[in-house]
Amino acid sequence: MIDLDATDRALLRALAVDASQSASALGRRLGLSQPATWRRIRRLEEAGAIKGRRLRLNAEALGFGVTVFLGVKLATKGRVSLEDFERAVSAIPEVQRVEHILGLYDYRLRVVARDIPDFERVLRRRIMTLPGAGEVEANVVLSEERRPGPL
Amino acid sequence: MLDDLDRRLLRHWQADATLSPGELADLCAISAGKAARRIARMQEAGIVQGVSAVIDWAALGYSVEVSLRVTLDKTVARAFDEFLAAAREVPEVTEIQTFLGRVDVRLSIIARDMGDYQSIYRDRILTLPHIAEVEALMQIAQIKAVEALPL
Repeated sequence: MIDLDATDRALLRALAVDASQSASALGRRLGLSQPATWRRIRRLEEAGAIKGRRLRLNAEALGFGVTVFLGVKLATKGRVSLEDFERAVSAIPEVQRVEHILGLYDYRLRVVARDIPDFERVLRRRIMTLPGAGEVEANVVLSEERRPGPL
Repeated sequence: MLDDLDRRLLRHWQADATLSPGELADLCAISAGKAARRIARMQEAGIVQGVSAVIDWAALGYSVEVSLRVTLDKTVARAFDEFLAAAREVPEVTEIQTFLGRVDVRLSIIARDMGDYQSIYRDRILTLPHIAEVEALMQIAQIKAVEALPL
């Protein structure tokens, strides 16, 4: 675990919003020199505080109008290999996220589709046919926001 | 509208958001100028929203991630707005989705450990307005987290 000071936190907050800013632009905002900013970003990356970069695309403008969170229970009958299920579900292009969870369901999936009929196709042909897939609960996303988190 | 070249650019860029316009041009076998123009056009059209740094909360000491599925008391006219406004004030909330389905809202919250989670849950979550029911699902493992669109 790495220790962050107030400047590191401000840097992480700024990079989470826009990672394409130059070190000099960021430094100006935070009152740091360009080399000092660059060194801090490198340190945060090397320490693993920054996992990577994500391209934010407007899903709707690209024709993906529907996002669904699916809770999936594995069928209890017979032995189900978690690895087989995870490998198969991760290979579906419309499945954006797979999380193994503890509680009401075994897995939570985030699925993107062009529209509701397209979602139904993905659900019936790709997800319900997965090895071990049992009961499924679907919740259609109406709105979504990402928060900065405790920085 | 997007053509095949735009989609090819986005596919490469999604797979690695650290790529520069020049590197994207090489991957698509087009000139750097052409790639830059295509990218600028997609940014202006709001298709490309930006590049974000992805923060690794576990590396920052937040090892617990819980998904809270909340049902609201819909007899109160402003239940959604008031709940969402209050939830935004909780720093440990990293994502908020509203749904059409069995669940009204989902909050992703992170905590340092189970003790920390307990106190956030008691002091900050259960005190949010208009909650009818809360279900907690604890995340055990993230299997897939690319969030790419199947372009």
